Amino acid sequence: MRSYVPATREERARMLASMGLTSMEELLRDIPEGVRLRHPLDLPGGLSEKEVLAALKGYADENVTDRPIFRGAGAYRHFIPAIIPALASLGEFLTAYTPYQFEMSQGMLQAIFEYQSLIARLTGMDASNASVYDGATAAAEAMLMCRDSTRRQKLLVSRGLLPDVLAVLRTYAPCAGMELVEVPLAEGLTDLAAVKANAEGAAGLIAASPNCYGLIEDIASLSDAVHACRGLMVAYAEPISLGLLKKPGGLGADIAVGDGQPLGIPLSWGGPYVGFMATKQRLLRSLPGRVVGETADADGNRAYVLTLQAREQHIRREKATSNICSNQSLCAVMAGIYMTAMGPRGLREVAESCLQKAHYAAERIAALPGMKLSYGAPFFMEFVVESDISSGTIDEALRGKGIVGGLSLDDRRVLYCVTEMNTRQEIDALVDALKEVCA
Amino acid sequence: MSRSVWPTCFEKSHPDRRGADIPALDVPVKENLLPAELLDDAPPALPEMSEREVMRHYTGLSRRNHGVDNGFYPLGSCTMKYNPRMNEVVSAWFGGLHPLADARDAQGALRLTYDLERALCEITGMDAVSLQPAAGAHGELTGLMLIRAYHARRGELAKRTKILVPDSAHGTNPASAAMAGFEVVEVPSGADGGVDLDALRAACGEDTAGLMLTNPNTLGLFETNILTIADIVHNAGGFVYYDGANLNAVMGIARPGDMGFDVVHLNLHKTFATPHGGGGPGSGPVGCKARLAEFLPAPVVVKREGGYALDADRPFSIGKVKSFYGNFGVCVRAYAYILSLGGEGLKEASEAAVLNANYIMHKLRGAYKVAADRPCMHEFVLSTENIPGLTANDVAKGLIDRGIHPPTIYFPLIVREAMMVEPTETEPPEVLDAFCDAMVELKALHEANPGALGEFPLTTPVGRPDQTLAARKPKVVG
Ligand SMILES: Cc1ncc(COP(=O)(O)O)c(C=O)c1O
Repeated sequence: MRSYVPATREERARMLASMGLTSMEELLRDIPEGVRLRHPLDLPGGLSEKEVLAALKGYADENVTDRPIFRGAGAYRHFIPAIIPALASLGEFLTAYTPYQFEMSQGMLQAIFEYQSLIARLTGMDASNASVYDGATAAAEAMLMCRDSTRRQKLLVSRGLLPDVLAVLRTYAPCAGMELVEVPLAEGLTDLAAVKANAEGAAGLIAASPNCYGLIEDIASLSDAVHACRGLMVAYAEPISLGLLKKPGGLGADIAVGDGQPLGIPLSWGGPYVGFMATKQRLLRSLPGRVVGETADADGNRAYVLTLQAREQHIRREKATSNICSNQSLCAVMAGIYMTAMGPRGLREVAESCLQKAHYAAERIAALPGMKLSYGAPFFMEFVVESDISSGTIDEALRGKGIVGGLSLDDRRVLYCVTEMNTRQEIDALVDALKEVCA
Repeated sequence: MSRSVWPTCFEKSHPDRRGADIPALDVPVKENLLPAELLDDAPPALPEMSEREVMRHYTGLSRRNHGVDNGFYPLGSCTMKYNPRMNEVVSAWFGGLHPLADARDAQGALRLTYDLERALCEITGMDAVSLQPAAGAHGELTGLMLIRAYHARRGELAKRTKILVPDSAHGTNPASAAMAGFEVVEVPSGADGGVDLDALRAACGEDTAGLMLTNPNTLGLFETNILTIADIVHNAGGFVYYDGANLNAVMGIARPGDMGFDVVHLNLHKTFATPHGGGGPGSGPVGCKARLAEFLPAPVVVKREGGYALDADRPFSIGKVKSFYGNFGVCVRAYAYILSLGGEGLKEASEAAVLNANYIMHKLRGAYKVAADRPCMHEFVLSTENIPGLTANDVAKGLIDRGIHPPTIYFPLIVREAMMVEPTETEPPEVLDAFCDAMVELKALHEANPGALGEFPLTTPVGRPDQTLAARKPKVVG
């Protein structure tokens, strides 16, 4: 069995003796008999490193991850440069905690400050926090920001949000005393008329672009509609698309949120990812969680600190903007490294590659007999195909060809995702396989 | 390291450099796939650096940071134990798995989830566990949502509006209760830092939804009255919530489920040795007793004939608290840790953690004020209150110059000039001795020359930063 306890038996005995004790039991005497565990934990005996590796390999081998994949829907396969895992595994980052002791944590503080700056530049916003758990909880936190800044109890949420984002909002809303008004889609896009009809008295609107069907929404018009009733616009953004598309900040959004997973973070069966939150200047003090700020020491050296802590749970307790304490710092740093390494041209190239390949695939699939795109609006790297063939049949057929197809939305519609990782050969194989299904 | 400024990535940027590439397009390029009005004129103003520069930039930043790998990190309440590298290797094997993969392609992840949930049930004495919450505070919120759902289902939510929280509790406890829609009632601590039973009885009633507690408490002391406390709350119709931040004291020794707790969260990034990552990611699984299990977040992993599956058909579930299934990569590391140690190893770890904490407390008892006069569990609280003019902050800054990460300071709030010390089991006695020597030396320095500690730290890239300036004129992006 492995043990990470360095003290030897003799050393432990000596330590006890230094306190005038002879057994561990004497230190545990405050634990009442009535609550003592009287049997050993019913867990397998400990293992050596080699054995644990073998056991875990057994689990890993039961997963299948080596096939071409055309599935996204909130988790996206992109290329991850080797420097990201290399730098993220440096012990100074990996094994540190929240930078409470600023002088000893300038590295992490600056890395987070740079992450905040990069996210602000990416989204066209003035400020960013140090991260929250994921995109869905970022949306939930944005709901609380809307409530607290407007003192209104109703929030519009677009049905174009990812299902899990909507699900988390539905879980949080009743606890937050919020009523959610779910705005339907028209032709796959958030129904502007429905937003206008419900905007009065609403704290704001949360809508995604690209939305859950990959379609690019008219965030500017949605913003205008909520602003007309003094509500806030929360744009749920997909970060890679911002290499090409107009930024939420320029389109009138007051808050931009989303999941940073596409920025160099592995799929890892859904987590850990990173939720980003960026705002306009006037909402800075209502952000949840850690925020790193720049200041100076007594000699004028530039220094970084955790700032505006009066918002946070350890100071404000039940009156804090959020309960969040630990966040997703290391994932935020990974996203920061990704943006720094890619740079403006690299990010645009990734976005352009996704756009071109997705459209190449969509055009070829839509040309197959019996298959067509469900929506006409412009899309980025995901698109919905409908046909008379059941989605399950399509999925099984592709599986038979060693391809992970799109995500079945219902019996007739499939959501495909194509990224820079999909080669033309893979796309052509997908189209050929679908052609066989159609025949 | 002497004082120095490390330029930001933006300051190091040079036009037209780049640090990563992707394959050239292999499909025919089409113009105008998107209407021009959707496109930005220029991509975001990210820095432009070569790969070597990015590498050196972040390596340089890492050298301005301190982790468990660098040295002692007795940050109380955070369990900064050694993070086995093996677990990093193992977790990477699951990196390529898409969360919406067909269950047939995700059997390993599903089985691991199932097995880890069972192991955590055994360790905590609970009946069911969900891995969905992403950290401790998220687990608290989720656990309170279960309590809320239970009372709502029985038609009692309108009256059961209050969550009791001791004044010694971590800030996330009251903050989570507020986020879950409850009113927070603070329960004063007794002289020993434990729950004041009379105050608890007075606070409990028809309006009680539950009580949040950590045991050992934030002074590092075991609540000897725990069964009575649980009875009082249960008799009032409330639930008892266990903040698992301090579980490292009692693994294999006592279980929250046997102490009367109904709901727990665990911090895998503390007790189960997953790295803290400079502030996260963590993982905060929630466990509960059978009568709350139907409310757990959906989907739930189930074992069926023919394999493991996700079951989303949970009519009474509170719903989702996070996308997909939680911080799975962190869960993989924790599971590797549990397999490594086994049941006996976990108990050994807890015992060694308690021994290490008591060893330091005993050695420093003469020099600093100790909050209690009985054995502590895995951590304890010191104070500089007995030393005129010396603050916990000054001691912390002096420790930094000695290569030691300071204890948690100014928490819990019920102790003045508090320093909460949690050595963990993974430190040998010579490291503990060096810490004690440093603490004694700092006190002596102060007594010989009051104010001497005010100039510390001297060895770090920056001196004490001006926090007032940072908050008055916030500059949060560059
Ligand atoms: C006692 C206690 N409870 C709860 C938490 C919150 O845990 P997390 O930071 O994982 O959200 C902490 C974290 O430091 C803690 O020490």
